[in-house]
Amino acid sequence: MAHGIVSYGAYVPRHRLQHREMGAALGNGPTRPGKGSRTIASYDEDSTTMGVEAARRALGTARPSAIHFATSTPAYLDKTNATAIHAALDLGHEGFAVDMGGAPRSAIGALRAAAATGGLAVLADLRTGLPSSADERGGADGAAAFLFGDAGEAIALVVAEASASAEFLDRWRVPGELASRSWEERFGQEMYMPLIKDAVSRALAAAGIEQADHVVISSPHTRSAGAAAKLYPGAVASEEGAPGYAGAADVGLKLAAVLDRAAPDQTILVVSAADGCDATVLRSTTRIADGRAALPVLGQLHGGRDVVYATYLTWRGMLDREPPRRPEPDRPAGPPSARSEAWKFAFVGSRCEACSFVHVPPVRVCKSCHAIDRMERIGLAKNEGTVATYSVDRLAFSPSPPMINAVVDFDGGGRYTLEVADASPDEVQIGTRVQMSFRRLYTVDGIHNYFWKATPLRVAEGG
Amino acid sequence: MASNGIRDRVAIVGMGCTPFGEHWDRSADDLLVDAIKECFASTPELSLQDVDAFWLGTMNSGQSGAVLSRPLALDYKPVTRVENMCATGSEAVRNACYAVASGAYDTVMAVGVEKLKDTGYSGLVRSNVAGDGTAPEMTVTAPAAFSLLDPAYCNKYGVDPQDMRDAMTHIAWKNHHNGALNPRAQFQKEVSKEKIAASPLVAGRLGVFDCSGVSDGAACALIVRAEDAYKYTDKPLFIKALALAAGPANGPMDPGYDYTTFEEVVRSSRDAYKQAGITDPRTQISLAEVHDCFTPTELVLMEDMGFSERGEAWRDVLDGAFDLDGRLSVNPDGGLKSFGHPVGASGLRMLFENWQQFRGEAGERQLQDPKLGMTHNLGGRPGTCVSFVSIVGPERD
Repeated sequence: MAHGIVSYGAYVPRHRLQHREMGAALGNGPTRPGKGSRTIASYDEDSTTMGVEAARRALGTARPSAIHFATSTPAYLDKTNATAIHAALDLGHEGFAVDMGGAPRSAIGALRAAAATGGLAVLADLRTGLPSSADERGGADGAAAFLFGDAGEAIALVVAEASASAEFLDRWRVPGELASRSWEERFGQEMYMPLIKDAVSRALAAAGIEQADHVVISSPHTRSAGAAAKLYPGAVASEEGAPGYAGAADVGLKLAAVLDRAAPDQTILVVSAADGCDATVLRSTTRIADGRAALPVLGQLHGGRDVVYATYLTWRGMLDREPPRRPEPDRPAGPPSARSEAWKFAFVGSRCEACSFVHVPPVRVCKSCHAIDRMERIGLAKNEGTVATYSVDRLAFSPSPPMINAVVDFDGGGRYTLEVADASPDEVQIGTRVQMSFRRLYTVDGIHNYFWKATPLRVAEGG
Repeated sequence: MASNGIRDRVAIVGMGCTPFGEHWDRSADDLLVDAIKECFASTPELSLQDVDAFWLGTMNSGQSGAVLSRPLALDYKPVTRVENMCATGSEAVRNACYAVASGAYDTVMAVGVEKLKDTGYSGLVRSNVAGDGTAPEMTVTAPAAFSLLDPAYCNKYGVDPQDMRDAMTHIAWKNHHNGALNPRAQFQKEVSKEKIAASPLVAGRLGVFDCSGVSDGAACALIVRAEDAYKYTDKPLFIKALALAAGPANGPMDPGYDYTTFEEVVRSSRDAYKQAGITDPRTQISLAEVHDCFTPTELVLMEDMGFSERGEAWRDVLDGAFDLDGRLSVNPDGGLKSFGHPVGASGLRMLFENWQQFRGEAGERQLQDPKLGMTHNLGGRPGTCVSFVSIVGPERD
């Protein structure tokens, strides 16, 4: 194959729901509470925003010609979500951006399409289930992105792949429903295991190996995933990977976790068993040691910020709470949003060519020297900043009050007032260091208001 | 280029002001009729038909001059509706005064009205221009925007947060104390400092008692040429200065802005002092009606207007310098805090307190022999606002 993985990035949202918290809230319902936790996207995150965060980490300064975005929870239907990711990455208008929506298997579709053309595969998902269900407990939210490029630049190459497909009722969901339904678990295992054995044996044979050094197994069918893991152990002892099943992001997060630790010239068997089975064998190159993600998956899984179960239900729209006595914010309008695409989606301001004053948002007349139309663009999404002053707003319309706002002064110039995400009031003060994160501010009239927020830089970021 | 002013060229000869409050039984039309009726009751020499032109200030209670001409059944007179956010009422006064000073009209009226309590929401409700959804004003509420002053001020001047909290509490306590003496105020009750300091938080450290009252109300002023003033009243109020500054909105973009001052206020008060010939505002001004939308705003204003040294206002506040019996009485009528803040009417309400004080009609709030008075409005938020300052006095120099 002409292309291989040249870089990757993973995004694990900061919030956690402890299993014991779910059990306590539900009076120890049908699922055993136990230890452990699951990752949950915040109220201002969706598959698109998490995809953006993973893609930013994967890309660095690269500019892919195509984005293949896979999720089972698209923020929009009828409107392509990959275009928002494309815009947030400040890639201009040239290039291809497409959604591979619906089932988690679309992740493999995105990876194969990106591998074929040297594009960026972005895999992101939120997994929900009915309260007290195994899906709710065993699900996870997150995103991963893989940039494919010239084999000579690659950190891992695709050596072989094989697929099997079958039509049977194991898991399904009608559009709009929050939870999927499934058939008896033993039936699914009966259906999956022959498909897995078939695809894996063909892939291993094509790769000319009997056992891979690392094995990644991803399946919405938990029991089959467990059985497959026993059948195909990796030669290298494995660590715990993703915290639960993350839908279309699952195979990506697990592969990223392996790339975080694989040595050069090792084989990686990736098994995705969803409505069939796709088996892929990869081989790491000598570039792997220098090409690892700056923020490894395991590091991101450590720590986190616990939320109570009622908050989680509210964020997912499963618990309607009394709103503040304030009007809903206005919906973003189409023409102004299109005019300010670079600003709104990529956080691009303007810098005066005459006096270098940085304007956020971009303006035409310099605030400092009053020069007119002498501006150059300046992207600030990658810049860190410092809180100049702040407020904890208990009156504002927010799904998770109180809303924290901070006046942020960016390194290298520029100031803007931003909402602070993923933080408690006691984590923000004058001098707090922050970075930018792409978020969904609110949704009105079915329009998601995508923009940027600040999140506190944490010493422990990345573990 | 010059801001020449119109010192002593026009005078106010009549005023009206409704009580401010939650007037569930009164529409904006009713409030306008009430205020104007009271105004002419005090100036029997003039009637509504004698007014040559009107300036109506309202932020959100209607559009065009018809908001006034319809309920008052005005016969084809010029009515200009103006809006300048929280400085809307003052803007009506300013333009009406200029119309008389220019010689275009002999007798004009400035009116302000706002009906806020019909929306069903807490606080002010904005009507926004369609946008891209990124402006902080879309989500950051007014109390949150003004609460930014508190940590910034403490940080810059090394003020102990508890001292700052005490100063904010003192301002709320003072304005409630003054409002308790005012039969037209929305809240006519003293509130203990303990209760203010412990009130439920709204934004930052601002509690409910750090925020001005949301209310309905209307107020108006009759304005004539200064030389005609004594035809209608023996106690006219002369306009000494009218100043307005609209900021370039640098603050939210400029890391050099530190959220402890309003440059718009500095500029507009400096202009007003110059127009009025004031060289030492601390001793020459007897009362100041200022825009205390939130308690830290009033504190910062004292420095921007030159009533306190930089970094010292919190101490002056705690020393009682701006109390009713202090060296300079600030918001003797209770201010936005307890008189209430029906946006379009507030600037005229401030003028009304000057009107009463200089005529000796301020009852229990009456100041001894006031010389000059000030009104001040601020529209917007720290870093992005318009500021209006007027100076008025009972004598023509």
